Amino acid sequence: MYTIVATAVLAPTITRLEITAPFVAKKRKAGNFVMVRVEEGGERIPLTIADSNPATGTITLIVQAIGGTTKLLCSKRAGETVLDVVGPLGNPTPIEHHGAVACVGGGVGTAELYPIARALKEAGNTVHTIIGARSRDLVILEEEMRRCSDNVFVTTDDGSYARKGFVTDQLRDLLDGDTGIKAVYAIGPLPMMKAVSSLTRPYGVLTLVSLNTIMVDGTGMCGGCRVTVRGEMKFACVDGPEFDGHTVDFDELMMRNRTYVEMEKISDEKHVCRLQAARQEAAS
Amino acid sequence: MSQANPLKPSERMKIARQGSIEQAPAERSLNFLEVSFGFDEERAVIESARCLECKTPYCTDGCPVGIDIRGFIQLVVQKDYLGAVQKIREANYLPAICGRVCPQESQCEAVCVMGKKLEPVAIGKLERFVADYEMKHDLFTPPAIPDTRAEKVAIVGSGPSGLTCAAELAQRGYRVTVFEALHAVGGVLRYGIPEFRLPKEILDLETERIKALGVEIYTNFVVGRTATIDELFDEWGFKAIFLGTGAGTPTFLGIPGESLSGVYSANEFLTRVNLMGAYKFPRNDTPIRIGRSVGVIGGGNTAMDAVRTARRLGAEHAYLIYRRSRQEMPAREEEIHHAEQEGIEFLLLTNPLRILGDGNNWVSGIECQRMELGEPDASGRRRPMAVKGSEFVVPLETLIEAIGQKPNPIIQATTPGLETGSRGTVVINERQGTSRPGIFAGGDLSRGGATVILAMKDGKAAAEAIHDYLSSIPPATS
Repeated sequence: MYTIVATAVLAPTITRLEITAPFVAKKRKAGNFVMVRVEEGGERIPLTIADSNPATGTITLIVQAIGGTTKLLCSKRAGETVLDVVGPLGNPTPIEHHGAVACVGGGVGTAELYPIARALKEAGNTVHTIIGARSRDLVILEEEMRRCSDNVFVTTDDGSYARKGFVTDQLRDLLDGDTGIKAVYAIGPLPMMKAVSSLTRPYGVLTLVSLNTIMVDGTGMCGGCRVTVRGEMKFACVDGPEFDGHTVDFDELMMRNRTYVEMEKISDEKHVCRLQAARQEAAS
Repeated sequence: MSQANPLKPSERMKIARQGSIEQAPAERSLNFLEVSFGFDEERAVIESARCLECKTPYCTDGCPVGIDIRGFIQLVVQKDYLGAVQKIREANYLPAICGRVCPQESQCEAVCVMGKKLEPVAIGKLERFVADYEMKHDLFTPPAIPDTRAEKVAIVGSGPSGLTCAAELAQRGYRVTVFEALHAVGGVLRYGIPEFRLPKEILDLETERIKALGVEIYTNFVVGRTATIDELFDEWGFKAIFLGTGAGTPTFLGIPGESLSGVYSANEFLTRVNLMGAYKFPRNDTPIRIGRSVGVIGGGNTAMDAVRTARRLGAEHAYLIYRRSRQEMPAREEEIHHAEQEGIEFLLLTNPLRILGDGNNWVSGIECQRMELGEPDASGRRRPMAVKGSEFVVPLETLIEAIGQKPNPIIQATTPGLETGSRGTVVINERQGTSRPGIFAGGDLSRGGATVILAMKDGKAAAEAIHDYLSSIPPATS
C-alpha cells in the first residue's frame, strides 16, 4: 500500500498527487516512470514521475483523468492509498549541455516535461519552454516552468489564452529566429510529437520524444510497448521511453494504441458509474 | 529397511496404474478450473501399493531435487499422508506445485522399474495428493530451524528458483529477503502458468509457507532500478545475492506484420490473463481481445498454455502452428494430449511467413508454407525444409507468438563485472557462482529457458553454495 499524502487539482481534469514511495523517490531521475495499480483487479498503468522528494520519501504524479483508471486515481484524496507503485522505470532522460534547448509540452505532457526542463536548466542550458493546451483552463505548470526556463511561451488551440495556435507554430518561430536551439525535448500526445519531429527534421535539430504506449508490466516482459525505431523493434519500457523523434514510426504506434479503444470505453463507464454512486452516497 | 507394503511384487504388478480424476474436455475448455483434480484417497492408496520399493531407488536419481520417493510412497501405503509430504519437503519445499507442473514422465517416472514392463508408478499424482491433503486439512507446520545466522541474503526474483533458494537458506537460519518486480509473488508460476494447470490459490499457499520460515518478501521492487545489486550489498548489507530473474523477455519472429493489433507475445497474452485476470474483464480492468480464430506459433509448453487459454477465452478455432512435426514438439506429452482433447487444431510442418492485416491495422490472417523434415540438425531433431509453392493463408483475428524467451537485461546492464553469455544469460560455474564473488544465479536466467523443477534444482544448489561461501568468510566484527 502506498499512501497519498497530498492532492491538488491543477486543471478541471488534471490532478497532482503526492504519494509515499521512498525507494522510488530516492532513485528517480528526470524521465523515469512508475507503474501504478490503484486497487485489486485494476490495471497497471505507466505514469511519468513529475517530481520527487527523497527526504520525505514521496513522489509527485500529475495525472489527467482520461480513462477509468486515471479517473479513479484522480478521485483519491489525501490519506487514501493506492495498491501498487513500482519504479523508477525506463531510462532517465539524457541531460547534456547543448547550449540552447526547447522544451515543448502538450497537455498533461507538460507535467512530464517539467523535471526535464529543470534538469536541462541545472545543466547550464538556455531553456525555451513552450506549453500547449486546448484551452486556457488546461494550461498547467506555467509558473513552475517560468522558474526553470529563460523564456516561456503558451499556445492554446482555441486562442482563449496567450497565442492562438499549436506548439509547432511557436517552435518554428524559435527555430527561424536567433535562438541557436540545438535540441528539442517534446512530450505530449503522439500527433503533437509527430508534428514536432516533422518540423525539426529539416532543421537537423536533435529531437527527443517520450512515447506513451500500451504497457502491462513496464519491465520488458510483455512486449506490448513495442515500437519501430530506425526500422527495428524496440520496447518503450526498457529501451525508452525516450527516442529520437526523427526515427520513430509514429503512424504505426498511433494505430497500435487504438487496440483496446472499445474496451477502454467499457472500463471507463464502469468506473464513472462507481464514482458517481460513491459521491451520491457520500452526499446523502 | 522394513517393507511397509505386505503385497508380494507379483501382486503389486497386477494392480493397474490409477487414472486421475479429470474434467471432461468439452466442459473444461470453457472454464479456467483445473484440468486434473488428481487422486482421491482411495486411488492414492491403491497406486502407492504398486511401488516395488526397489533396493536401488532409480526414481530418486531421476528427480532433479533428489526427493526420497520410495520413502514418501511407503508413508502413503501406511496412510501417513502428512509424514509423506514432510518427507518430500525435506528435498523440495514446493510439493503442491511440482506435483502439478513437473514433467515426471521424463524424470522420476521415466526410470521407475515398474515402467520397464508395465506402466510406471504415478509418482507425480501421489506427490500432489499428499500436498493437497495437507492443504485441505490445514496441517502445515513450519519445520523447526535449529540455527540462526546473522548474515542477510537477498534473492532476486520470486519464481521457482528464488523461492526454493529462499526456503533452503531460511531453514539454515539465514535472514532472507526476496525482491519481486511484479505486484504478486511467483514469477513464471504467476504470470506464465495458467490457472487451469496451477491454481493461484496453491501458489499463494506455498508462498505463505515460505513466509512462515521468516522469509521477507518485497513486491514492486525491480532490482537494477529500485536498487542496484551493489546497493543491496553496500547499503542494505546483504552478504550474498541469488539471481533468479528467469527468462521473461519475449522474442519475436521478425516477420512482417508483428506491429498489427491482435498480435501478442505469449508473455503478454498470458500475463494479461494470469497475472492481471483479463479473463474477468470488465470486472477486472485489464483488457484482452480474442477473435473467433486464434493462432499460436510454437511447440513448447508456453505455446500449449497460450493456445489452451485462447480456447477458454472463447476462440472457436484455436490453431497451434509449428514448423516441425508432433514428435519434435518440446512440450510435455500430457499438455499436448490435453490440447488435442480440447479441440486445439494442430497445423504441423507449417512455417509462418508473414502476418496479414485487414487494412484497419488488425490481424486478418497468417501466410504460411508447408515444411518437410530433412536430416537431423544440431539439436538432433530433423531439420524442417520448406516445400516450394506450398504457401497458404490461415484466417485469424488474433496471433500469439510463443517462440521462446530470453533473460531480462536490467540486472546485467546495471551490475558491473557480471559476465553474460550469448542470448543474455548470466554465466555460472558448477556451483551456481557468477563472475562476481557473492553473486549466484540459476534457473532460466542461467539456463536460458528450461523447467520449473530445474530452476528449483538450481535454487537448491545455490543455497548450498551460498551457505558454503558465507561459512568460509570470517564473520563481521560489528
